[in-house]
Amino acid sequence: MSWRDVIDFSDYGALVALLHNSIIAGAVLGLVGGLVGVFVMMRDLSFAVHGTSELSFAGAALALLLGVDVVIGSVIGSLAAALIFGALGIKARDRSSIIGVLMPFGLGLGVLFLSLYKGRGANKFGLLTGQIVSVDDPGLAWLTGVSVVVLLALAIVWRPLLFATVDPEIAAARGVPVRALAPIFMIVLGLTVAMSVKIIGALLVLALLVTPAAAAMRVTVSMLWVPVLSVIFAVTSMVGGIMLALGGRLPISPYITTISFAIYLVCRLIGRARTRRGWTARGARVEPPRGARETHPAALRVGSGPQHL
Amino acid sequence: MSRDARPSSAESAPERPVLELRGATLAHGDRVLWHGLDLRMQPGEFIAVLGGNGSGKSSLLKTIIGQQALTAGSVMVAGKPVGGAARGSRAVGYVPQRISLDPAAALRVRDLVRLGVDGHRLGPGIFMARRTRRRVDELLDEVGATALADAPVSQLSGGEMQRVRIAEALAAEPELLLCDEPLAALDLGQSQRIVTLIDEYRRSHGTAVLFVTHDINAVLGIADRVLYLASGRFRLGPPEEVLASTTLTDLYGAPIDVFRTQGRVIIVAAADPGADRHDPHAGHDHEPATEAG
Repeated sequence: MSWRDVIDFSDYGALVALLHNSIIAGAVLGLVGGLVGVFVMMRDLSFAVHGTSELSFAGAALALLLGVDVVIGSVIGSLAAALIFGALGIKARDRSSIIGVLMPFGLGLGVLFLSLYKGRGANKFGLLTGQIVSVDDPGLAWLTGVSVVVLLALAIVWRPLLFATVDPEIAAARGVPVRALAPIFMIVLGLTVAMSVKIIGALLVLALLVTPAAAAMRVTVSMLWVPVLSVIFAVTSMVGGIMLALGGRLPISPYITTISFAIYLVCRLIGRARTRRGWTARGARVEPPRGARETHPAALRVGSGPQHL
Repeated sequence: MSRDARPSSAESAPERPVLELRGATLAHGDRVLWHGLDLRMQPGEFIAVLGGNGSGKSSLLKTIIGQQALTAGSVMVAGKPVGGAARGSRAVGYVPQRISLDPAAALRVRDLVRLGVDGHRLGPGIFMARRTRRRVDELLDEVGATALADAPVSQLSGGEMQRVRIAEALAAEPELLLCDEPLAALDLGQSQRIVTLIDEYRRSHGTAVLFVTHDINAVLGIADRVLYLASGRFRLGPPEEVLASTTLTDLYGAPIDVFRTQGRVIIVAAADPGADRHDPHAGHDHEPATEAG
């Protein structure tokens, strides 16, 4: 293995022209993922994202085995997951256990379908770790269509969803349909996961749906800037990762996850400096902001979860 | 902003109470929390709700916001019946018992109060941002939290947080403010500032306040009436009438002594020497008699 396998910029222009569909797809996914990620973080759904992507993978693998479009399979898989998680797990603790039970089952089913599949090996591996050359024109049209639906749904419910997420009691007292919003968001999340699985792979969806928003929340707490930065980070990782991966021979995921992680690290450092200085004119408090994202049980589980990486 | 065409404070018609409970009964299985509760609240009225743990104080508020169904009877808020599809109302401001928010909630004080202003509306809320911002500044000024506007909510102290949540609850200019033990986690000084804040607001805006507390002394001299829940029954009336030995003895069905000293009220179960004295600052709830079944 040489460095040319990792990064190779010869014939770059030709490659970009050839794969401009993938780059557009990456940008669209970054936009949607960055926005959805804000609610994933605030609603503490990191683990649900992981569970949904595994069931999406199972659906995609079944579709591959049956010779149906992989996208249809992954959408069915992730919508099933979203509905199950949404319906059964109102409380976070219930939800975590249900996800913990269903996730390995989904992964196991996926592995079964893949091993029964007699087709090309690259297709199999691609579902887990993503593939870059797979976006053809119909694929891109499909992706854009679903993204528009997701973005419209998010735009419409943005404020009530935020209200219901941040302060469910007051929101309910004010007549916000807190309970109805949960399954609506799970469907939005399921569609986003399904779109992501084909491009960046089931195992690495978290890099799109969690890392950018988590990084943004390290450096700002503004209701406006968290989503804006999250989108910028997600698009940067997606498009940047695809651009770097074009020339090399490695799968696309390591590039995306590395950029995404690097952004997160930088944001943590900035956030720490900011905490030391104090966030407001009021001056620094002795106590740093609660490190909820480090100590929360769900976060720990996610952190130690994907052992198969 | 939802400034509905509703009558504002003083001139609002006395014939339409802000809150009306008729024959309201709440029971969990066999256990009756309260029954036959009739209550009419006029604009600007302050009612303190007292009672031991499990006497149904918080449940009363939950029925008013439509989160819990009555076993019998009816609730009307601002002339509209609560229940069925009518869950929640913009005429009600609610300050819940739980003070802290999920620490993962990355937002500023200004953003939280803004949710109170327009969080129920559809759309991303990019338009009319300036007007909303002015309203948020107004609310923060009203509760004396202007300096906190850009602080992350995760860094507020208990008293600061309660101030901000009151601003959030007042954002819709409610006709009725429901407070569920808003003083529970606050020290004496903070409690007094919060009570003063709510009292001044209801006097200037004509907002009716239903204030659940286990510390009557915090709202003594402010409460117009007291609703005392115990033993599946209740007493409603002026504080000096309800907080009297004869009334409470009758309510609990056991001898109760009420002492008044230095402007404070102390409620003691006379029959049972082992029972706790009602010391509101001891940090636990009082229940002079045995818990009613």
